[in-house]
Amino acid sequence: MSGHHPTEEMLLDHAAGALSRAESVIVATHMALCPTCRRLGLDLDAVGGALLDLAGAAPVRSRCEEILARVDADPPPTPVKAGRWDHETIHLIPQPLRGYLDGDVGGLAWRSINGALAEASLGLTDERRRASLMRIRAGGAMPRHTHGGTEMVLVLAGGFSDETGHYRRGDLALADGSMSHRPVADSDADCLCFAVVEGGLRLPGLVGRLLNLVYRG
Amino acid sequence: MPGAAILIDPPFGPSLVRTRVGAVQIPMTDAPPPVALARDPDLGALVARVARFQDRAAFGALFAYFAPRLKSYLLRVGAEDGVAEEILQEVMITVWRRADLFDPALAGVTTWVFTIARNKRIDRLRRETKPSWDPHDPALVPEAEPPADDLVAAEQTRRRLVAAIDQLPEEQVALLKLAYYGDKSHGEIAAETRLPLGTVKSRIRLALARLRAALADGRDGSWE
Repeated sequence: MSGHHPTEEMLLDHAAGALSRAESVIVATHMALCPTCRRLGLDLDAVGGALLDLAGAAPVRSRCEEILARVDADPPPTPVKAGRWDHETIHLIPQPLRGYLDGDVGGLAWRSINGALAEASLGLTDERRRASLMRIRAGGAMPRHTHGGTEMVLVLAGGFSDETGHYRRGDLALADGSMSHRPVADSDADCLCFAVVEGGLRLPGLVGRLLNLVYRG
Repeated sequence: MPGAAILIDPPFGPSLVRTRVGAVQIPMTDAPPPVALARDPDLGALVARVARFQDRAAFGALFAYFAPRLKSYLLRVGAEDGVAEEILQEVMITVWRRADLFDPALAGVTTWVFTIARNKRIDRLRRETKPSWDPHDPALVPEAEPPADDLVAAEQTRRRLVAAIDQLPEEQVALLKLAYYGDKSHGEIAAETRLPLGTVKSRIRLALARLRAALADGRDGSWE
């Protein structure tokens, strides 16, 4: 069971449909790994359902017969094909994140940032947030960094520690823009994370400026 | 075989230990019994009849209950009238097509319909489905104690929740509605209501804590 969770506010925004796509994917993927947050999320959905129950009635022009006629006319859409990922990917990367990978986790376009850190950018990246998978070699460290804004990191395999604690599979680490930290992977296994970072990582110092160039790619 | 359950049997991964999800208890007969129309219909039974018999009368009763509420919800979240009609049609079509996937262990009927409506609305805005976890994903970490999966419990939960919302202070309900209907962050709600952000957060938190207490009823789980 994971010990680090999204805030209540994030779960509410997820239930209300107010999160960006990348934030929504990382919160929902945490939920797949965390029965506690899944239950909270279902409760928040139930509040939305109760508000729908209590919503007043507005006049409706559509008629039920129309809808049944549309159902009769259109065949249901064919179900989405499953099983295009390998065994490792299916068991390592829960939905909905898996659906945003271009291939199996081993076959992604990994770019080395430094000796210990590799990154694979995801199509989820938008104007404000960079979304990527990050792999830190066992015992390796990420360079000390800050962020343009909120950083959300979900551990998918292995674990890492920084100034704020120790994070394992299913844990969601949250950091704001001002926090400077240096995550170090556990020594016994490579650490695989899903990161959604507002404004991207900021690596200070001369070495950092060079690495920033690599990272921004 | 009277009283036999319809077993909805989605493709489970090996890590899910539950053997029966979304089982809906209704009598097996050749023809569906007549639908009793009521002001407060048994929504779970209606969905079960749509799933089991493709029962158009039951669907009609669901439409009568949900269409005006969906329209009201969609207008409140800012949809234009024509768009609201289109979205509510799509929601009801999904209710018809996915009735057999409705799982009372996960949510009550109004919750299920709310999530369909929310996702259809986001589809419209972003032209894509709202990302959500998949209850049948092999990578899902299962609950230690799966919740009860009967319709009666789901209905009781719904009634408890509606009653609890009724008892909340008006200003808390207003903020909840802004959060759910307004598609707004806490910061935006604070700006709109001219309340300090801390007040918005604490009122919403209080309201949710009381509603979760009404829901908990023997279940574990806390916010932190």
